[in-house]
Amino acid sequence: MNFPIGLLIQASYFAAAFLFIFGLKRMSSPVTARGGIVWAGAGMVVAVLVSLAFASPENPQFKTNLALILIALAVGNAWAWWQGRRVPMTSMPQMVALYNGMGGGAAAAIAAVELYGAHAQGYGPQGLALLGALIGGVSFSGSLVAWAKLEGKMQKSIRFSGQKILNALVLLATLAVGVWILGGLTELKVSLFFAGALAFGVLMTIPIGGADMPVVISLYNAFTGMAVGLEGFVLQNPAMIIAGVLVGSAGTLLTILMARAMNRSLANILFSNFGEVDVGGGEIAGTLKSAEAGDAAIQMRYASKVIIAPGYGLAVAQAQHKLYEFVKLLQERGVEVKFAIHPVAGRMPGHMNVLLAEAGVPYDIIFDMEDINNEFKEADVALVIGANDTVNPAARTNKASPIYGMPILNVDQAKQVYVIKRGQGKGYSGVENELFYRDNCNMVYGDAQKVMVQMIQAVKELGA
Amino acid sequence: MDATLTLTGFVALYIFMLAAFTGYEIIGRVPAILHTPLMSGSNFIHGVVVVGAMYALANAHTWLEQAIGFAGVVLGAGNAAGGYVVTERMLGMFKSSKPEQK
Repeated sequence: MNFPIGLLIQASYFAAAFLFIFGLKRMSSPVTARGGIVWAGAGMVVAVLVSLAFASPENPQFKTNLALILIALAVGNAWAWWQGRRVPMTSMPQMVALYNGMGGGAAAAIAAVELYGAHAQGYGPQGLALLGALIGGVSFSGSLVAWAKLEGKMQKSIRFSGQKILNALVLLATLAVGVWILGGLTELKVSLFFAGALAFGVLMTIPIGGADMPVVISLYNAFTGMAVGLEGFVLQNPAMIIAGVLVGSAGTLLTILMARAMNRSLANILFSNFGEVDVGGGEIAGTLKSAEAGDAAIQMRYASKVIIAPGYGLAVAQAQHKLYEFVKLLQERGVEVKFAIHPVAGRMPGHMNVLLAEAGVPYDIIFDMEDINNEFKEADVALVIGANDTVNPAARTNKASPIYGMPILNVDQAKQVYVIKRGQGKGYSGVENELFYRDNCNMVYGDAQKVMVQMIQAVKELGA
Repeated sequence: MDATLTLTGFVALYIFMLAAFTGYEIIGRVPAILHTPLMSGSNFIHGVVVVGAMYALANAHTWLEQAIGFAGVVLGAGNAAGGYVVTERMLGMFKSSKPEQK
């Protein structure tokens, strides 16, 4: 009686594990990516449906538990589906952080049930459950802090003296409680352990500035994966093991790639508290020259090559659609237009690609920084929209600048640079931008969307 | 979990190693343009944690276990469903200009 159900569960998990790997592989190329998520989604549906069979009539709580499972599935799915449908593309990083934190919380909850209920017995399972609980708990509370910061619900960074020592002490104390639990499990010790893990997640995240948050979210993504994998070992659940470890390693690599794109090490991001350094570099000699949107547009109309460097400001102003309309006008008039994307344009790597894709910009005129950086010197016009730190030449030369060493887009090498900007504010890192003071640079002040409308009009008035 | 499969000791370590390498290899050659959707996609995949939470809740005996298990399933289901929706939305927007030119 029991055997066929067990076999069905195992076979379904095997299929799910295959679909997860296959789906993730498909997601790693833009051509097949959409199919990839659908395959992985099919794996998830299979795994969840078959897992309903865990509810066994032998448990006296059978009916209650089954009802609770169904209600919980409905509530979680409905809420997340509704949220996911309506979240704007600009808020994608914090949404990923939120969903990721939920996964970490679920992994911690599994550990809590196994430990409070004393289901996990022996050093091996208990140790794995505790390790998974620690990582999952940190990911849960840390992701919530990351979400609150990006959502603007929390002050950017909170720092105090002795912070690193306090963090280290909390972590050590939590680990000590973990060892204590292995010596003899009580509910009080387990509660202390979870309190420590959750506190450490908060403490670790609050000093990190908003600019670094994407890397942190990616790190917590890997954390949750690892926690899920560890709890999978505790429950002897192969789907969880494979999916969790897969994401744990893929997420770690993705985190390192992101950190490298910002020319920082992971340790540097986590422990050096960049993000709102005191303004470095001081005053810059020279003056800002402003230009009319119409004049800039006409120059681009008669250029042969224009490269656009978009930043998060473009998306904040919701100007992507107008920008693409302008680009199409230029293309119809024989101008070669390309987009240059800095690895950290937007709020995380690839975010700007998504924002442009939303406006319908085809991905084959969008180029990564390393592929296009040599082309700026051939460009007649470089148009910078809502970007700042990613085009600041100080990153190349000024050792005092907090962004020193970060690779930048070589927009300053174009014959003419136009910068569309709301006002004279500074970038996310709080650094003055030398580029704006260069001879070949003109500022076009105004809301990006309004400026784009003016530019479209100017080009249209010229006729074809 | 049903006793048809035992994943302990070295078998567990082998699975760990192979899955870790698989993840590493898949992400290693990915273009930066896909980093955000891929982070979101891998975020969806660890949503399979909901399965473990369902197991924990199914085997709960006390109200405390039921409460924690319930929270676990809600969180896990949110992770899976939310991860799927946002990833699918993002990837659905990527398109090439090539077919339209013909």
